Amino acid sequence: MSAGGETVRRLLDNDLAYSFRRSPVTVVAGVVTAIFLMAALFAPWIAPQDPFDPANLDLLDAFAAPVWSDGGSWRFWLGSDDQGRDIFSTILYGLRISLLVGFAAVAFSMILGVGLGLIAGYVGGFADSVIMRIADVQLSFPAILIALLINGIARAILPRASVEDLAVPVLVLSIGLSGWVNFARTVRGSTLVERGKEYVQAARVIGRPTWAIMLRHVLPNVMGPILVIATVSLAVAILAEATLSFLGVGVPATQPSLGTLVNVGNNFLFSGEWWIVVFPGAALAILVLAVNLLGDWLRDALNPRLR
Amino acid sequence: MLRTTAIVAASATILAASLPAHAKDFRFAFQADANSMDPYNVNESFTLGFQGNIYEGLVGRGPALDILPSLATEWSVEEPTRWRFKLRQGVKYHDGRSFTADDVVFSAERVQKEGSDLKARLATPGVVDVIKIDDYTVDFVTAKPNPILHVEWETWSIISKGWAEEHNATDPQAVTGSEENYATRNANGTGPYILESREVDVRTVLRENPDWWDRANKRGNVTRVVMTPIGTDATRVAALLSGELDLAYPISVQDIERVNRTAGTRVLVGPELRTIYLGMDQFRDELLYSNVKGTNPLKDKRVRQAMYQAIDIEAIKSKVMRGLSNPSAMMVGPGINGYSEKFKRLPYDPDASRRLLSEAGYGDGFEIGMDCPNNRYVNDETICQAFVSMMARIGIKVDLNAQPRSQYFAKVLAPKMDTSLFLLGWTPGSYDSHNPLFLLHGCQNDSGNGQFNLGRYCNPEVDALTSQILSETDTDKRNALIEQAWTKTIDDVAYLPLHQQALAWGISDGVADIAQRADNVFHVRHVVMK
Amino acid sequence: MIALVIRRLLQSVAVMLAVALIAFSLFRFVGDPVAQMVGQETTLQQRAELREQLGLNDPMPIQFARYVRNIAQGEFGISYRLGRPVHQLLGERLPATLELSLVAALFALLVGVPMGVYTALYPQRWLSRAFLTLSLVGISLPTFLIGILLILVFGVVLGWLPTFGRGEVVDIGFWSTGLLSASGWRSIIMPAFTLGMFQLTLIMRLVRSEMLEVLRTDYIKFARARGLRARTINFRHALKNTLVPVITITGLQLGAIIAFAIITESVFQWPGMGLLFLQAIQFADIPVMASYLVLISLFFVIINLVVDVLYHVVDPRLRAERAVAMGNR
Repeated sequence: MSAGGETVRRLLDNDLAYSFRRSPVTVVAGVVTAIFLMAALFAPWIAPQDPFDPANLDLLDAFAAPVWSDGGSWRFWLGSDDQGRDIFSTILYGLRISLLVGFAAVAFSMILGVGLGLIAGYVGGFADSVIMRIADVQLSFPAILIALLINGIARAILPRASVEDLAVPVLVLSIGLSGWVNFARTVRGSTLVERGKEYVQAARVIGRPTWAIMLRHVLPNVMGPILVIATVSLAVAILAEATLSFLGVGVPATQPSLGTLVNVGNNFLFSGEWWIVVFPGAALAILVLAVNLLGDWLRDALNPRLR
Repeated sequence: MLRTTAIVAASATILAASLPAHAKDFRFAFQADANSMDPYNVNESFTLGFQGNIYEGLVGRGPALDILPSLATEWSVEEPTRWRFKLRQGVKYHDGRSFTADDVVFSAERVQKEGSDLKARLATPGVVDVIKIDDYTVDFVTAKPNPILHVEWETWSIISKGWAEEHNATDPQAVTGSEENYATRNANGTGPYILESREVDVRTVLRENPDWWDRANKRGNVTRVVMTPIGTDATRVAALLSGELDLAYPISVQDIERVNRTAGTRVLVGPELRTIYLGMDQFRDELLYSNVKGTNPLKDKRVRQAMYQAIDIEAIKSKVMRGLSNPSAMMVGPGINGYSEKFKRLPYDPDASRRLLSEAGYGDGFEIGMDCPNNRYVNDETICQAFVSMMARIGIKVDLNAQPRSQYFAKVLAPKMDTSLFLLGWTPGSYDSHNPLFLLHGCQNDSGNGQFNLGRYCNPEVDALTSQILSETDTDKRNALIEQAWTKTIDDVAYLPLHQQALAWGISDGVADIAQRADNVFHVRHVVMK
Repeated sequence: MIALVIRRLLQSVAVMLAVALIAFSLFRFVGDPVAQMVGQETTLQQRAELREQLGLNDPMPIQFARYVRNIAQGEFGISYRLGRPVHQLLGERLPATLELSLVAALFALLVGVPMGVYTALYPQRWLSRAFLTLSLVGISLPTFLIGILLILVFGVVLGWLPTFGRGEVVDIGFWSTGLLSASGWRSIIMPAFTLGMFQLTLIMRLVRSEMLEVLRTDYIKFARARGLRARTINFRHALKNTLVPVITITGLQLGAIIAFAIITESVFQWPGMGLLFLQAIQFADIPVMASYLVLISLFFVIINLVVDVLYHVVDPRLRAERAVAMGNR
């Protein structure tokens, strides 16, 4: 794996770092993403309240306005929601779930897609046909429909009692399974190219096992495109989670993600308690936007033809 | 080729210009469509209420739910088990056929047939025979004396025999059938409005019946009705606020203020008969969803009472329901026969709850799973969430499983009753206490007792009182029995009653008058447009 | 060529069967249809009888075989909720969804292509950057939130546009269209915008990157060297070469638009198939849900089939490329 690490480091040292510094929008996006990551990571220490523990909640605290409006107080400086949860704390905790689902789903897609792509490209033949046919079929359906289907199947198979506890894994599985194709196609294409190159031929001649060639020689050379797809997929996965929550098959409202919060807050858009939907919605949009901007920049930076 | 509705819309506008006093359009939206136009297809309150604009029963109910003559002008109890109904003469169906006793006998047969969802209209009161005496007299014979034979008959619509036979609709649509029944999308009633066009889930148009028998007494002046189902709460409110509707209901409690603040719209709020309550499994020896093994804590009255007293019902009223609920000590609300102000809620007292829990041996609390619908009652999931945090404060950890109603009902209703703790709402269709005592409190058996007694509470003394109530014909004695039964069930903490939710209808200023019934049934005949 | 079509057709049938199986077995588990079909006072015994009549007690393979046989005969069954044949219901709803999807796709194309061209030709201008950033903002907001915000602003606050439904519709044979009346057009603006937003971004970015690539080719360089005017080069030559993949992708995306219409339709109460599907989910109306999925899959399969075949007919270069990409060495 050292070769892979080195490739990435080399990229970061030179071209990437340079183009990153050159684009102020990207710098802002990077900083915002970092802040969000930190906030999610350290939520239990930053958040004034643990909104996931029902014993902390008092219904009488519900619908407190943000600090700068009439009747607002610093206790709930971004206001409180219909259960008396502090919006700021809930955003931090919700961010954790959204990012957890996003990262885990992308990791899942990536491992599955890269693995299958390598096999299809390097082994070829029957394995290639089967994998690519499945990919073709799946690609012709929108991800959200596939996620809905898988989600439905999982909910039907799992025992009722554990559906709540398993909401996050189920989401990861359904979003992850709907996103592997892009990775697989890209990796397969690059693998086909790399396979013909001399260094791979040489490695094969000296008798290195197939898996080692794939991991050590082929994989590092397809890292760039994978990184781009992963970043864009992260944004898509976070939005997919929000949409599934909107359709009522996401995480439960007792442990809300950003998407669930927006969905719940939606009910209060007309009634004047705008902060319940606006702040989580803004957090969601800013996060996805920042990730998308990073993905954009990565794509341009790693695509030599566009430079 | 304009769609007919468009043509009528155009001609209605022309009419409006020339005859301003008569042509009144009325546009309204509910959260779902009527499931069918066939009055025997689905026993669901909105569907039956909407059909009530087109069809009529032998008896009707006024805005205050008082029983009124409708297709029957009078009725009398000839013998304890034989009721005689005199039918109204000169009534015509929308297609011109005359209404006679044959239609009543036919409807009595049809409502009992395969595919009917309203078999209970005749089966529950124990009707064994329907006899035509002459063209305008019908007798109903019951197995046992029954003082409330006709109370649910407003929604037993009388269908024309000739029309049903002509269109091969003598049976209601069977869910197993492969062809659509004519009566599913067409209607031929005797009521104040005629079905003009129907696009399922999109819009249904009614026009005034100029020959309605009671037209002279009708207060309303609506000549044409356009009903549009709008499922999303926010979209429904938005349509009302932007002036596209004259009536939208239900309005979420949090949107009421906004609607009232907007010029041109306001919300009509009134009490609803439905009681929202929590039920508990008191039957199984070990709960399905709990960390307590080998015993069922909910069998202990002290535990049930501890949960009861830990519910801050006033907080739920002010925060979740925005003041629009009536906290209830009983499983029935005002407007239901047998409701009494005498019963008071146990006080909110978490300290008492903790004491009761430790007396019962659960001083350290326990865990329990709870089922809750998330799209059935007013803010149902929010109520459950609030309950979860209230329980957390006395040491009971509740795992909430909130689901859409189809999954929810499949899980908690008989036969599965796959639940330990659940939230449900109940409106007694007969507006009488016997219904909830029988269905929600009766010890479960095969003949329908306690069919919705999902926690399987069982007190034989209550059962004995319930069967006495059914056949007691003396009103005072009967009411005394009802009060005895409620005293026992409330003393047992059989359920945790929460509140009666409020009705909230959003109306435009174009509506001068409208009747809001406590059973949430809306009849256009009472609407007066400016 | 014929072999290719036959192979693709067979694949399509296999896909359809798989989808039917998934749809059927999945929705066999969502909720209890019997509890939805009958009212609260139906007794246990009546429920059990109904279950038996509906065949819900038969083994799954038998239920599935029955289902496929019926579909093949054009029988999608009777909606549990509405008591009407499902093919009628879907037929009534199809025009609404297709019109919305087509208008959304056209909107995305007509706005997306010029924006893409502009950003490719003048990558450094602030407007280009604004386009790119704005389009990112558009796809970073969840669809349902965009819809509700539009309703709030243009429907309620400003009162310019209707907040729900299709407006006045006109029947042309079996097709009902809202595109022949002013109220129909007013009604379609917000839903089409909401639905087309994502595709707009996609198309704009696709046009931009394709354009950038084409502009860099020798062919364009030669054209420049020959002294052709920039306008001619940009639009006659560069854009024309860009449009083939763009239109192909848009065609393929039409399926995605139809599927995504579920969310838009629910927000705007647009009486299309997606709304029917969502309502069916709430009522556990299995025949409707399963048929919707099968129908949507049929759209996808047909669109893919057509695009595939067209590829091979129209562009020999793509044919070769695709052959390589598919590993036919």
